[in-house]
Amino acid sequence: MTGIQESGRSAEDARWPLLLGVRHHGPGSARAVRAALEAARPRTVLIEGPPEADPLIPLAAGRDMRPPVALLAHAVDEPGRSAFWPMAEFSPEWVALRWALEQGVPARFIDLPATHTLAWEGRAEAGDGPAAEEGSDAPGGTLRVDPLGALAEAAGYDDAERWWEDVVEHRGAGGRDPLAPFAAVEEAMTAVRETHEGAEGDRDLVREAHMRLQVRAAQREFGGDAVAVVCGAWHVPALRRKAAVADDRALLKGLAKVRAELTWVPWTHRRLARDGGYGAGIDSPGWYAHLFGAPDRPVERWLTKVAGLLRAEDRLVSPAHVIEAVRLAGTLAALRGRPLPGLSETTDAVRAVLGDGSDVPLALVRDRLVVGDVLGEVPSGAPAVPLQRDLDRAQRRLRLKPEAAEREVELDLRKDTDAGRSGLLHRLRLLGVEWGEPVASRGSTGTFRETWRLRWEPELSVRVAEAGVWGTTVRAAATARAEADAVCARDLAGITALAERCLAAALPDALSVVMRVLADRAALDTDVGRLARALPALVRSLRYGDVRGTDTGALAEVATGLAERIFVGLPPACTGLDADAADEMRGHVDAVHGAVGLLAETAAPRGSTDPPPSATDGPLARHGDLRARWRAVLRTLSGRDRVAGVVRGRAVRLLLDDGEVGQEEAARLMGLALSPGTPPGDAAAWIEGFVGGGSGGGLLLVHDERLLALVDGWLTGVSAEAFTDVLPLLRRTFSAYEPGVRRTLGELVRRGPGERADAVGPGAGAPGFAAGLDQERADAVLPVVRLLLGLGGTSDDTPDDPSAGTSDDNSAGTSDDNSAGTSAGTSDDNSAGTSDGNSDDSLAGVGR
Amino acid sequence: MSVSVDPTFVKPGQTQPAEALRPHAEHAFADELAVLAAQDDRPRPARWKLSPWAVATYLLGGTLPDGTAITPKYVGPRRIVEVAVSTLATDRALLLLGVPGTAKTWVSEHLAAAVSGDSTLLVQGTAGTPEEAIRYGWNYAQLLAHGPSRDALVPSPVMRAMGEGATVRVEELTRVPADVQDTLITILSEKTLPIPELGQEVQAVRGFNLIATANDRDRGVNELSSALRRRFNTVVLPLPASVDAEVDIVARRVDQIGRSLELPAVPHGVDEIRRVVTVFRELRDGITADGRTKLKSPSGTLSTAEAISVVTSGLALAAHFGDGVLRPGDLATGILGAVVRDPAADRVVWQEYLETVLRERDGWSDFYRACREVSA
Repeated sequence: MTGIQESGRSAEDARWPLLLGVRHHGPGSARAVRAALEAARPRTVLIEGPPEADPLIPLAAGRDMRPPVALLAHAVDEPGRSAFWPMAEFSPEWVALRWALEQGVPARFIDLPATHTLAWEGRAEAGDGPAAEEGSDAPGGTLRVDPLGALAEAAGYDDAERWWEDVVEHRGAGGRDPLAPFAAVEEAMTAVRETHEGAEGDRDLVREAHMRLQVRAAQREFGGDAVAVVCGAWHVPALRRKAAVADDRALLKGLAKVRAELTWVPWTHRRLARDGGYGAGIDSPGWYAHLFGAPDRPVERWLTKVAGLLRAEDRLVSPAHVIEAVRLAGTLAALRGRPLPGLSETTDAVRAVLGDGSDVPLALVRDRLVVGDVLGEVPSGAPAVPLQRDLDRAQRRLRLKPEAAEREVELDLRKDTDAGRSGLLHRLRLLGVEWGEPVASRGSTGTFRETWRLRWEPELSVRVAEAGVWGTTVRAAATARAEADAVCARDLAGITALAERCLAAALPDALSVVMRVLADRAALDTDVGRLARALPALVRSLRYGDVRGTDTGALAEVATGLAERIFVGLPPACTGLDADAADEMRGHVDAVHGAVGLLAETAAPRGSTDPPPSATDGPLARHGDLRARWRAVLRTLSGRDRVAGVVRGRAVRLLLDDGEVGQEEAARLMGLALSPGTPPGDAAAWIEGFVGGGSGGGLLLVHDERLLALVDGWLTGVSAEAFTDVLPLLRRTFSAYEPGVRRTLGELVRRGPGERADAVGPGAGAPGFAAGLDQERADAVLPVVRLLLGLGGTSDDTPDDPSAGTSDDNSAGTSDDNSAGTSAGTSDDNSAGTSDGNSDDSLAGVGR
Repeated sequence: MSVSVDPTFVKPGQTQPAEALRPHAEHAFADELAVLAAQDDRPRPARWKLSPWAVATYLLGGTLPDGTAITPKYVGPRRIVEVAVSTLATDRALLLLGVPGTAKTWVSEHLAAAVSGDSTLLVQGTAGTPEEAIRYGWNYAQLLAHGPSRDALVPSPVMRAMGEGATVRVEELTRVPADVQDTLITILSEKTLPIPELGQEVQAVRGFNLIATANDRDRGVNELSSALRRRFNTVVLPLPASVDAEVDIVARRVDQIGRSLELPAVPHGVDEIRRVVTVFRELRDGITADGRTKLKSPSGTLSTAEAISVVTSGLALAAHFGDGVLRPGDLATGILGAVVRDPAADRVVWQEYLETVLRERDGWSDFYRACREVSA
């Protein structure tokens, strides 16, 4: 093992300036830094960080300043351009800062000023910010070799992080000489940098030149043996190197500049973790905080904490468990040749002993303890966050002043400024800054119009400050917030609502995350009802997005996926329902029907006008057959006996309205549903589904007397006791009709259904009309109807054409009974037919 | 005619018949164990034949300082073996969990062979395993003739292991009836086995330990009581980590089974096997292979072992009733049977998978059609 134990030096012959090379956010480094500062007692402490933050240092002493916090630098004119220097309680920089403040020793930041870093940032590609660089000790963005990796490899480790932990972070406080580790780190780094000569990035050289000049200045001011420097281990050899002042100055000449401002912002452990936003490059901040905070026996204390957490979650964990876990962790560490159990050993022990081998409790441990839910605090005296600044600019640009008085504004989304205003208000709402409240528009209800009630309350400024943790611009913050909300959302409806809000707020980045979450949730949701509720909102968003000109490819894909899942899940979900559940399901069938129609419609023109990118090509191309597949599902529903009557009736009706099932076929299916063998309640429910619920079913009965005759015939056949049972249901069905329709129906029934035996087809048979259709006069209406329906000149697919509507292809005849409908429903075959002979017995003496 | 013991009744672990169908681990890898023991200078727990480090090397494979190569016995995460060996070193009992085909028995046999040099102290767990198999039985002739005595006692493998300080294995612990399982509680916590009939007890010697294997996802198992569970460290053996590894395992096993069943040779097309494995993995993991779409998981285990049987029966179908080439149609029925265990819920899961995932996939249309045909 390559421990850093012996090094003949002691505090007396420390080399000045004292260069303390650390790993950023390493708890062991932090302890070592404190010990070294205590021992050497420098008269000034220089820290790697932006010098503009010097005036902010005193704030760190405040009692209401609680790490994790971050120094945030942002360009004044462009708040979106920003950089972070996160500091946790266990960061060596923070420890050094606090030590200096406690001892009354001046502390200074000596890195390249943020004014240059941010300007540099603008030129470099996004994602290579100082935040990323600060985090990983190896400045991977600018340097191709990984210095720690090289050292670890030399020591026989395959993982650099682990090597550093073993030799530095996990070293107990046993070493006698607090400066020895730093001397060893310096030696090692010098060797690495010699081997990798020339591998430093440009930016590194400039930064190091600046730091050297600062160190020199400090030495002149405080004396040669009074300066301590806390910086990344990588920089130590460069700072030790004697370089000509003129050369250093030359390197710093002519650097680009932007006006920068700095402030402290609260930070969280989650953000320190690698997988969150501006990662600081450590995946276990909670574990590090524990290592730093635990006075002794870190493993025992950690496992006790884990046991406490699991107990709080109702898992059976006894002290005996903890004992065994500690023993196992220790043995594992020995087996792996590590000086102390690390996070991986304790995790393995927790899994094997406390978690019954399962990864589920481990996920909890990782979330709550290894990462942890720690939120920092910043005193209110800290300068304003850039979010407020960005908001001011947006308000000026959009001429939307914050006023305490309440007023209403009407926005026309087709205008750029208004669209911008609407976007801003929606984003602020996402951030919990309720400046505007959407109200129902008077007059127009078009999707391009919005009405807002605005009122700026003083506490909204506080809200803006709070929202500062999410980002530096309103857009970025709203995006981050929406993404976080999506991940935490509990139900599908919540996520679809969020999707709508993201669209309204014009946040395409957040939308893609929301869609991914939505797709995942939809995939795992087993309740068709919830899926069916989510689909219409999603399709609505899709259309609304079109109005806004947002790219809705992802949305369409998710909506299609959702529809597919509903198609598969709906038939089994419609069986064995009680009356209430069946009614609800009928609502779902209606909603899905409408949504599928819209979805297919929305997709079609997009596909033809502008060819979509290949990624969205698949789903859009599939919209065409979406309707056909939905009809197949409806057929399945209509033919299955176990499906609730109201749903079956509804399915037949929808098929009839779509022209998918002809009147003949509908009459046959109705005859089946109303045949004497069917329980009267079920038959009444079928009628309710077929003609009830304000769907214009009354007119259908008026126009097709055959159907009316079927109902009439069935009703007269119902036994006296069953009649009282079905009466409420029928009353509900028929009372929803318009008075005129009810009267006409009554007259028709009174006259007797057999009277007009030749009345087949729509338009024929209503009183006051001729028996046949006057083709010439009917045709005269068509242009106007087309105009009204916006169908344009082409007329190949006009379902409204009366002649086309009735001439369904009902030729393929099967003479089986019930099963004909069922098999037709399950296959995709659209020309599933009927035969007159089959329905003869129920139609006898009525239709012909 | 020589009077010899029938070779199939050799006392386990004593002599090894040369023509045994499958030699014990300690015999098959005797050379490696000997080399490891010779070069092992690390501390060994009491009565261990090797140090924990050497045991881990024996299972995971590696090269010794003198250049001897140790073949890997277990191909999988290193962590698994390290935790297992450490568990045994802390004299905690080890419970290996996993679905069929994850090498539970294999790992336990090699662990016992490396730690105690003897993998034959074995209790086969079944629904009919009696208490005597774990504690002790009686030789009734002796018992009637001489009354209760140590001589009339027939020790179980567990009892012998306690006396010898060796490792005993219990296979399929969850198949053992719950009341019989519970006899292990005292043995594991007190490390003692009382014999009330004789007023005596057997105390475990240092080095005694127990490795149990169990299948946690099968139906109809006897769940371990929490009291017993508490006495084990649990290690879950994972399914093969990558598609390629799993395809490899399935293809190899299918070949072996095909030979032993003397099926007509059918070129089994790795592509079809890959499809089966992909379908199984995706449904098992609840996420598509590209990581983009989440899926519902059916109630079945969909283990590698099941994938093997699906492919084998597909081969049989193709050989006897098909055109001699493994086609999607030969596999579809088997897959449906493996996936749809619960007729209502699993069918929806399967159809959703068909419609939302397989239908879109490039080059899978024949497979999709075949599956759709049998699922309709």
